[in-house]
Amino acid sequence: MKTVTVRYFALFRENAGVGEETLTLDVANAADVFAKTRDRHGSHEPAGHCKVAINDEMADWQSPVNDGDTVLLFPPVAGG
Amino acid sequence: MATRSCCFRPLQVAELVTITSEPIDTAVLREGLFDPTAGGYSAFEGWVRNHNDGREVERLEYEAYEPVAVSEGEKIIAEANELFPFVRASFVHRVGLLEIGECAVWVGVVARHRDEAFRACRYIIDELKLRLPIWKKEHYVDGDSDWVNCERCSRSSGESMSKAAASHATDSTR
Repeated sequence: MKTVTVRYFALFRENAGVGEETLTLDVANAADVFAKTRDRHGSHEPAGHCKVAINDEMADWQSPVNDGDTVLLFPPVAGG
Repeated sequence: MATRSCCFRPLQVAELVTITSEPIDTAVLREGLFDPTAGGYSAFEGWVRNHNDGREVERLEYEAYEPVAVSEGEKIIAEANELFPFVRASFVHRVGLLEIGECAVWVGVVARHRDEAFRACRYIIDELKLRLPIWKKEHYVDGDSDWVNCERCSRSSGESMSKAAASHATDSTR
C-alpha cells in the first residue's frame, strides 16, 4: 500500500467534490490510480483520453507511482 | 515588455509562456517580440465564439493548472524552435470568465523569414491545444453549462474549436 495525494481538475474536481485528497492505495502505476479513484473522478472514459502528471511532471499511464507521490488527474484538455 | 530601443535581447525563459486572468493586450505582446534580426511576424489569436455544437454560448470559463501548463508550454516552444528555427516566440493563455469576442489565447513568433514564423506558430497552437492542462466550460444562453471536450467531445475528437481564429503575418524581407 502506498500513500498518494491525488489531485482532481475541472470536471474531475467537480465530480469528486474536492480538489485533492490523500489516499492509501494498492497501486503500481498511474493507470492504477486512475482506476482505483474512478468512483471519485467519475470518468467512464479510458485513461488514454485523459492525461496524468506526477509531482508536477507530465507522465505516462504506465509511469510508476511511489509512496508519497502527488498524482494529478487531468480530464480531456480543451485549451486554445 | 521590451521596447524597440533594445537590441538582441536574449530569449528569456520566464517570458515564454504566460497564464493570466487579465485581458490579453496583443499590441503590447507583439511589440515585446520585436527583434532587429527578424523579418517576419506571425500570430494566432483564439477568440471566444458565440456558439458551439449548435448551442448558443454566453461566455467561456477557462481553468489551467499553471505549473504544468508553463513547463509543458516551454517544451512546445523548444520543439517548435528545433523544427522551425525562429528568433523569438511566446504565448499567453487566459483563465477565468471570458466574454464573447475576448482573446483566449495568443501565440506570436518572429523569425528571419515568414515560412518559419508561420510553421512555428501553427505548431505551437496545435500542440498547446492537445497537451496543456487547460479546460474550458461553456456557459450557454439557456443557462446550462458543460465542460468542453470532456466525455462527449473526446469520443468524436478532431477539432472542437469554440472560437473564431485570426491569423496574420507580415514579411518585410526575404
